[in-house]
Amino acid sequence: MTIKNRSRITVFILSFLVWLALTHIGDIQEVIAGLIVAFIVSMIAGKFLITTEKSEHIVKRFFSAIIYLFKFLWEMVKANFHVAYIVLNPNLPIKPGIVKIKTDLTKDSAITVLTNSITLTPGTLTVDVNPETKEIYIHWIDVLSTDVEENTKLIGGRFEKLLTEVFE
Amino acid sequence: MIRVIGMAFILIGITFDFFGVLGLVRLPDVYNRLQAATKCVTFGSAGILFGVFILQGFNNFGFKALIGIAFIFLTSPVSAHAIARASHRSGIPLTKETVVDQYQEDNELKDN
Repeated sequence: MTIKNRSRITVFILSFLVWLALTHIGDIQEVIAGLIVAFIVSMIAGKFLITTEKSEHIVKRFFSAIIYLFKFLWEMVKANFHVAYIVLNPNLPIKPGIVKIKTDLTKDSAITVLTNSITLTPGTLTVDVNPETKEIYIHWIDVLSTDVEENTKLIGGRFEKLLTEVFE
Repeated sequence: MIRVIGMAFILIGITFDFFGVLGLVRLPDVYNRLQAATKCVTFGSAGILFGVFILQGFNNFGFKALIGIAFIFLTSPVSAHAIARASHRSGIPLTKETVVDQYQEDNELKDN
């Protein structure tokens, strides 16, 4: 089976499961409509989900993903208290700017997760990614330094090691 | 007891949604506002949905709330990223307090 077809079948099953979770299962009409919609979706967008051959260490990667999830949730709670502190402070203590960091991740999916995590963690918002030079531009609400290396450690370093374990 | 916990989650969610809206009003430019809007509104809405899930348990409503959390977490940062990039490219200026803009510097290098 080619990678494209495997990806299509995975997308079909996943989208059908989401449909079942969103609708009332007892009704046969809903199930048939779900099958049709899932088929159309997997035909149009199915080939993008899986792009590589079977990968190793599924169990280890799964545990890394769980650890990552908890770390991410903790960072997110911190981010929310940070925003609350800023907006409730009468002086608005902000020093905004756009800085640049580098990343070592290679897969598209890994970079997507990294940038989404950066957006949801304290004080940072991803503005753009340059896939050729592997640079990420980040709007920082409280700029501490303008050095690329140091910022990479400060912003990306929190997640990058774990994400390497999860994705590669 | 379950009712109290669920209500507590909904209350936390509403509080952070409120902080997000406050940030939307108080912060100076579009990028800073996006920061407050994405973080707090994502967390706040997820909190409300999780409260609904705890109140309802594993039935139709509960499942929909859980799936809603997953979709908010996936889509909210992506849309913020799209808005930030689009506003920078169409030349919306950063606020006066801005200290550095390396994105602008790199773009100018590319153009010349």
